[in-house]
Amino acid sequence: MIKFELKDLEVFYGDFQALKGIDMKIPANEITAFIGPSGCGKTTFLKCLNRMNDLVEGCRVYGQVTLDGEDIYNDYDVNLLRKRVGMVFQKPLPFKMSIYDNIAFGPRTHGIRSKSALDEIVEQSLTQATLWDEVKDRLNMDALSFSGGQQQRICIARALAVRPEVLLMDEPTSALDPISTGKIEEVVMELKKKYSIVIVTHNMQQAVRISDKTAFFLLGEVIEFGDTEKLFSVPKDKRTEEYITGRFG
Amino acid sequence: MKSKSIKEKVMHIVFLAAAMVCIMAVVLICVFLLANGVPAMGKIGVFNFLLGKTWRPGQDIYGILPMILGSIYVTAGAIIIGVPIGIMTAVFMARYCPKKIYAPLKGAIDLLAGIPSVVYGFFGLVIIVPFVRDTFGGSGNSILTACVLLGFMILPTIIGVCESSLRAVPEEYYQNALALGATHERSIFKVVLPTAKSGVLTGVVLGIGRAIGETMAVIMIAGNQARMPKGLLKGVRTLTANIVMEMGYAADLHREALIATGVVLFVFILLINLCLAAIKKGVEQ
Repeated sequence: MIKFELKDLEVFYGDFQALKGIDMKIPANEITAFIGPSGCGKTTFLKCLNRMNDLVEGCRVYGQVTLDGEDIYNDYDVNLLRKRVGMVFQKPLPFKMSIYDNIAFGPRTHGIRSKSALDEIVEQSLTQATLWDEVKDRLNMDALSFSGGQQQRICIARALAVRPEVLLMDEPTSALDPISTGKIEEVVMELKKKYSIVIVTHNMQQAVRISDKTAFFLLGEVIEFGDTEKLFSVPKDKRTEEYITGRFG
Repeated sequence: MKSKSIKEKVMHIVFLAAAMVCIMAVVLICVFLLANGVPAMGKIGVFNFLLGKTWRPGQDIYGILPMILGSIYVTAGAIIIGVPIGIMTAVFMARYCPKKIYAPLKGAIDLLAGIPSVVYGFFGLVIIVPFVRDTFGGSGNSILTACVLLGFMILPTIIGVCESSLRAVPEEYYQNALALGATHERSIFKVVLPTAKSGVLTGVVLGIGRAIGETMAVIMIAGNQARMPKGLLKGVRTLTANIVMEMGYAADLHREALIATGVVLFVFILLINLCLAAIKKGVEQ
């Protein structure tokens, strides 16, 4: 099943063309990884999927992006889009409030007021982020007093609490130690049963470990896109091969 | 090398002297206030002085409760009027304002901060007093008038501090909130503004300090009757007004009682500074 379908996607920042005509179909309930050297357009591409690029001054997006067949750039409620397509950022950034209020922020935003419903969502989301047992007695503590890895899982739980269909992750482990990274990877693997996940990563082993499909970006173009296993074992394009064997990048 | 080290020593002493001037000023003011004010409180009786409801220097009755309440009421009113407008303006300037409007708006607010208080007083006398008289009745010289005018006067302080603390909030907070599907407004008021909370509080407390210490503008519009405040539309005398109105002709115990009024004002300002220190400490933790 296809979740996102992109046709001839072009993105400009002022005069600079960041993405050059990309066609891609992102599958549902799988993990799609984006790899490629810095500045190749991975994050730009990711931000097109929940329209965070709207915030960038001078950014123009051409082409078509559809979510379940609906064009998200044409008369589509951007807040609803971001409810359906959650995002986890590179830098863990819990809001300056308790863990509980952090997780409940999203559901409250979307009109859930009842205490029991919120309690349930908070527990469920924290459990999904494998954090519940660690923090269940400390839900009223300031979220900023936890470790970086825990903060990132708080952010994942916060994104899940909105009950999205897609989860975009922009290098979610690049600021974390190996143990925290391992935990986040476990969380992500578990989540793909229910969510479609798109993850940008600089860590190729990570892409191999967790993703089903991989896209290799270079200078605003997708050089190769396919099953992770195939892409890493028998790459079709010479540039992909050079990149994954570490000859440049 | 040697000449340089002498030069450094000299400069060291110069800087130290400059710093001492500042400290000396504070110490001298404290000593003067306490030496002249506290004995008067003793003579009148601390209880009679602070809680006495009547101020009649002619009969040697010195109770400043009316003025304490007057200052508190007027300041509270100024806060009620000035804080919401100030915070909203700061939010507008930091997060909504189009670039074209920003420069003139910022300029206007800076100008507002620089206007002498006697000019504010004139504005109040000519515009707000008649407005209050015609709209709500009474003479127009009233608590309400003073609240409105002081509310205006504390705006630049509150806006300035709030705006810079809002700008200091990392943009990622806003983006994280938006990415959860929150609107622009919700992201700003529920995430960005609470993150800047300590800065906003600092602005409010500085505004309180400004309002409670304001003298000239208040005298011109508040009525200045030395009696217990009777209502929003009735006149009121603040602590500062009490000192300025009578200092010119007061002598002996009367004069000392006015200085003691200054002591009370000083204590208020001290409390406000303690609040500020507590807020800053809270931020560091």
